[in-house]
Amino acid sequence: MKRYSLSSIFTEAFRDNLGWEKAWTKRQPKKEYQIIIVGGGGHGLATAYYLAKNFNMTDIAVIEKGWIGGGNTGRNTTIIRSNYLQESSIGIYEKSRFLYETLSQDLNYNIMFSPRGVLMLCQTEHELRAMKRTSHANRINGVDTKMVAPEEVKEIVPIININGPRFPVLGALWQPRGGTARHDAVAWGYARKCSDFGIDIIEQCEVIGVKKKREKIVALETTKGNIKAKKVCFVAAGHSSVLADLAGFRLPIESVALQALVSEPIKPMIDCVVMANTVHGYLSQSDKGELVIGGGADGYNNYSQRGSFHHIEETVRALVETFPVISRLRQLRQWGGIVDMTGDRSPIISKTPVDGLYINCGWGTGGFKAIPGSGWATAEMIYNERPGKLASPFSIDRFSEGRLIDESAAAAVAH
Amino acid sequence: MSSRLPQEGSRINREKTVDFRFNGKNLKGFYGDTVASALLANNEMFVARSFKYHRPRGLFSAGEEEPNALMGIGEGPSFEPNIRATEVKLRQNMNVASQNHWPSLRFDFLSINNVFSRFFAAGFYYKTFMWPRAAWKYLFEPMIRRASGLGNAPSEYDEEYYEHIYHHTDVLIIGGGLAGITAAKALRDRGLSIMLCEKDCVIGGRYLEDSKIEERDRYKKFHEKSIGILKKSKDISVKLNTTVTGIFDHGFVLAYEENQHSNKASKKALWKIRAKTMILCTGAIERPIVFPDNDLPGIMLAASVRDYMQKYGVLLGDRLVLTTNNDYAYKTVIELKHRGIDIPVVLDARDSSDNPIIKEAEGLGIRILFGKCIGRVEGKRKASAIGICSVNGEGTIEELIPCNAIAVSGGWTPNVNLWSHCGGKLLWDGECGFYKPDPENTPTGREGETNMLALGACAGVFSNYDIQDHVPRKINQLASRLKIKSKRYIETNVFSKESEKKTKPVFALPHGASKDKQKRMYIDFQNDVKVSDLQLAVQEGFENVEHAKRYTTLGMATDQGKTSNINGIHVLSQSLGKPVDKIGHTTFRPPYKPIPLGLIAGQYAKKLFKPVRKTPIDKWNLLNNAIWEPVADWRRAYAYPKGNEGLEETLSREVLSVRKNVGLLDSSTLGKILVKGPDAGRFLDLIYTNMISTLKAGKCRYGLMCNEAGFVFDDGVVARLNDQSFLCHTTSGGADRVYAWLEEWLQTEWHHLKVFIVNLTEQYSQIAVAGPKSRELLQTFKSIDLSAEKLPFMNFIETNIDDIWVRIYRISFSGELSYELAVNSNQAEELWNKLNKVGKKYKLQPYGTEALHILRAEKGFIVVGDETDGTVTPHDLGMEWIVSKKKKDFIGKKAFSLPHLNSSIRKQLVGILTLDTNKVLPDGCHAVEDGKAIGHVTSTYFSPTLKRSIALGLIENGRSRKGSTLEFEISSKESIFAKIVDPNFYDPEGAKQDG
Ligand SMILES: Cc1cc2nc3c(=O)[nH]c(=O)nc-3n(C[C@H](O)[C@H](O)[C@H](O)COP(=O)(O)OP(=O)(O)OC[C@H]3O[C@@H](n4cnc5c(N)ncnc54)[C@H](O)[C@@H]3O)c2cc1C
Repeated sequence: MKRYSLSSIFTEAFRDNLGWEKAWTKRQPKKEYQIIIVGGGGHGLATAYYLAKNFNMTDIAVIEKGWIGGGNTGRNTTIIRSNYLQESSIGIYEKSRFLYETLSQDLNYNIMFSPRGVLMLCQTEHELRAMKRTSHANRINGVDTKMVAPEEVKEIVPIININGPRFPVLGALWQPRGGTARHDAVAWGYARKCSDFGIDIIEQCEVIGVKKKREKIVALETTKGNIKAKKVCFVAAGHSSVLADLAGFRLPIESVALQALVSEPIKPMIDCVVMANTVHGYLSQSDKGELVIGGGADGYNNYSQRGSFHHIEETVRALVETFPVISRLRQLRQWGGIVDMTGDRSPIISKTPVDGLYINCGWGTGGFKAIPGSGWATAEMIYNERPGKLASPFSIDRFSEGRLIDESAAAAVAH
Repeated sequence: MSSRLPQEGSRINREKTVDFRFNGKNLKGFYGDTVASALLANNEMFVARSFKYHRPRGLFSAGEEEPNALMGIGEGPSFEPNIRATEVKLRQNMNVASQNHWPSLRFDFLSINNVFSRFFAAGFYYKTFMWPRAAWKYLFEPMIRRASGLGNAPSEYDEEYYEHIYHHTDVLIIGGGLAGITAAKALRDRGLSIMLCEKDCVIGGRYLEDSKIEERDRYKKFHEKSIGILKKSKDISVKLNTTVTGIFDHGFVLAYEENQHSNKASKKALWKIRAKTMILCTGAIERPIVFPDNDLPGIMLAASVRDYMQKYGVLLGDRLVLTTNNDYAYKTVIELKHRGIDIPVVLDARDSSDNPIIKEAEGLGIRILFGKCIGRVEGKRKASAIGICSVNGEGTIEELIPCNAIAVSGGWTPNVNLWSHCGGKLLWDGECGFYKPDPENTPTGREGETNMLALGACAGVFSNYDIQDHVPRKINQLASRLKIKSKRYIETNVFSKESEKKTKPVFALPHGASKDKQKRMYIDFQNDVKVSDLQLAVQEGFENVEHAKRYTTLGMATDQGKTSNINGIHVLSQSLGKPVDKIGHTTFRPPYKPIPLGLIAGQYAKKLFKPVRKTPIDKWNLLNNAIWEPVADWRRAYAYPKGNEGLEETLSREVLSVRKNVGLLDSSTLGKILVKGPDAGRFLDLIYTNMISTLKAGKCRYGLMCNEAGFVFDDGVVARLNDQSFLCHTTSGGADRVYAWLEEWLQTEWHHLKVFIVNLTEQYSQIAVAGPKSRELLQTFKSIDLSAEKLPFMNFIETNIDDIWVRIYRISFSGELSYELAVNSNQAEELWNKLNKVGKKYKLQPYGTEALHILRAEKGFIVVGDETDGTVTPHDLGMEWIVSKKKKDFIGKKAFSLPHLNSSIRKQLVGILTLDTNKVLPDGCHAVEDGKAIGHVTSTYFSPTLKRSIALGLIENGRSRKGSTLEFEISSKESIFAKIVDPNFYDPEGAKQDG
């Protein structure tokens, strides 16, 4: 693989860029693999990558029904934070955030992790108390966050309106090394490295059936033919239940549309991420200059990636209230992604009732930030055939045991 | 140079001049001008800088497709960035500024990007800026951010009033060109309501400007007649200045009205339309041919050149070259030639054309070269000459032609965005080289029925004759499909049949352009995406159209690729050697025209943003110095400080008055949900964990609700009003949630139950009279006997106080003898005042929510949301007594049998007493044991009653730790030690409340 560097850019610039290779090789499926990862989003690609990197496994295929990163990985608002409340959540999200810090260098692909800081506003007494609790939990678990006073909030985000009148800002939880990254680059960077390891990345290939022998997985039926495998992992976000159905089990997941929008680009006006849970909206500004805005998910299950307008309206209203100066900017584009919501809004990284079949899903509205950590933990589980420390709290049997990992006390919006 | 003609201009009024400023220069235009036409009239050809390379750019079009001329318009609170100069009407004293440059438009430091552009090929930033690691945050990213973005962010608050307007219509016609007008005429008198939205300030679209000079007068008469018909027809309403911008499920349509007639900022409204059927008549947009140096100022779409001339009397230049691949574009040179403009050459990429328009042009003495195109443009900030080359080959220049304007036309692209917003599919038309609506795969309505029809140019039908021919036919078909009984509409075609105008689908020329040329061939002007970028994307494997778009940012600028999408797809198809229809297209998403965020927020902003809910006692609270606390959407009195009391003194006074004498609380915000019907008891037994159906009329019972996972959801007192009615009290914040929850269960799971639910939260107000003297106080109203025998704990009576109807519950949230008085909201204030007056004798003090919380914490009562957080079971709270063992089913029951809900390490509610009685534990701090958190504080106060700090908390296996001392870490350096006790600090036997 040709390394990306200043000098390679320089040399290529002088020969019409003719030397750049394919970021990842386009492959057709072989007859058989040790491991097949279904789903070429961030989580699937990261799983394949860490299988290769940490465990030297390379007889792997990642199969994707559309194009790499075309699911939620390429549709989200890219907030990265680890200021969670529950210990198990902190474990995996902080691992992930930590891996993000050096991901560009690890992948030799600039994924533009930007630790610009994440502010979670407190706009009611109740929210303030809840955030204080989170900040204590963070400190004890080694996550760098602190509570900041309203004046400090104003200093960090000068365009914010802290005085209300409706919901004055009473304080905020500040994670200075939270931030954002470029979503497409995360998918592409992982794909490129996977390909370099010799992992086959197969696009336009949809899984349409699962072949089992005595409750053990043997092969997948795909639109590009049958492919045998010793182990398979489904990493298909909003479509996980569809795949589980093919494999003959059910998942405690509901699929709903979550929407986001961007404004037209403008010169920098805010350089951190602000999440306002009481009014329900969050905002950051991309490097291109667009304000990136998200809010809540639609209230009904659906697979069409079109959301309803009233959600956009509520979100924008909340943000215009919080940042009055954005009122004259214009919405450029809106879109939706199908998010996989579990009952406790925490993910599933688990073995399944089918032997040799693993699953990683349920990241819902907040899994972009988890991509490296989740890939790490899932790879470990697949290789060892049992979940390790990071993954084990998220096994699927927690729903039948009542061992839920509920973050709702910490944040109404879990992005 | 560009200039104004001495006459002409259908849109301007030459009697009225308008003064405006552009980058500080004072300029003049005419009433009716757009900012763009006024700039051109003032010879402002270089008006913008591009996004990435900061290249000089001029006006490229006359309409909404404009990629270059984005301006910052207005000042102070009405400043708006990124406005297309082609879409704003000129207003007196308007301040217009170009953007994305520093220090000025002409001398822009960042145009250095252009010099280094060879290093900035598509995706270069993914390959670099990685070393050293910290430099991304502190150096590279800030640098990139400053260079990108377009206009400046507004810095002042917006004072505009934005409105949402709701409208229902049978038919919505989108676009008021010939197709739209004809459709409206054809639909009238059929008993349908018809709405026609047109984005321009007049209807007519392109057909008058596009018709032949000699026929124009005849068509104008026809047009006036049509307008007359529309005006007269009561079933048709026409909305001008209104762009339909989004189509959603079930025929929900967003339209953006922007009325620019007032002299101040424009007035904006968002229309929310429900349309049963939509007729798409959005016309087509001219697309350019991509050629080397095609982004210089002075190059413009051919039809736009004509628009500026016909509508505003403005000439792009007086020596104009046309490069084209179709017959339509000749109209522009013919019109110009008629006005004496020099047309040195027309370069036509086709081999030949037999359309008579070619003869007409030749007849005017215009030199036409077939098989030729532009191989180079001279000029730094403005085109000054073109080099002619063959369409085939690498682009060797055969001849250099000086000129000061270049018109370009690559054919017309149907405007299909709205078709695909809501599921309509597109078909590739290889002959014409564009996507058009697929009539077999249309957007659909609620029942899956077709709800959109495309007519006219947006459906690929371009000639006036054909439009007038096919629209009535299609409308008649539509009417019969919708089963509307009405006469067929017939209209005699006033247009003369013209010979078919043809376009050869070529997109980027010359075909064999060298690498060097490809780097100067712009596809997306605003984002500076060139042919070479798309080729690099393909070379690097970003072959899928979505990948290519994201890798190069093609079509992602504020014009959303209106002029670049088709060309981009085509270049992609050529680089890949795949047919275009195998490439597909990216998804079109709302909004078609960007909507201001303030307009999306609408009138429910500022003062109307989540309006504050106020109780009937609010006025009194306000007058009595209340500090407010927001609770859900309510505001409640948090405390009532007196004189110069500190907050602690206030709270202490309020708490002690309840403990010693009597206090008065406005608890009107409490949720009150009436559950009524023969099955009400059965229903509530399923909802609450405890038994409700056995409750006797006239009695109250505290009830707890859990969710399916067994976690506490809400709580409150249930009163049985009579056999079939229960009044369920909920938490103040939870009322709406509980109400929705009950409805959901009733409608989705237990719809067989005969139950009605009404949320009466605002109908009744509630006043708590709490404290040892409460009974005495209430009994001063002669009518009532509140003795313990007559009204025992957890009972209620209905009676009158003077002539005010009240329902008096004997319940307690403070541990004291206490009554809560429900009263019709319109009499609440009166009752409150009465109680206050009578209460003087008993030293009555009103108390707020904070005192309420302290009182209940002293007593160890939970607050849902404090002691619970969605992970806490009744057992965790020590409330197993409230979970019925007898009931067969209720929400949460199944979960209680799950192993983890019965595990020994669950967190349990305990009382916490700090060893140092003066130290109050901070909110939310955690107990630690061996460096691990084992629980946290849920409520913590200084208790005025006990004169010491008290707290409640959830601690792992807490009940078995009673008596032991735990460490609570309050910061990385400091801890507080406290003893675990029973969570009931005051009157544990309950003698007082029962008394
Ligand atoms: C609008 C929005 C905003 C968000 N904001 C944030 C945020 O700010 N921060 C954050 O951390 N998270 C956010 N998220 C969530 C985050 O995007 C997701 O949790 C995360 O990207 C999921 O990654 P994934 O790899 O699991 O899924 P995906 O990226 O969706 O990948 C799954 C892949 O599986 C493929 N697939 C499905 N079925 C099959 C099949 N049968 N055969 C083959 N392939 C199949 C799909 O095509 C898809 O490419 C947001 C989500 C949305 C929609």
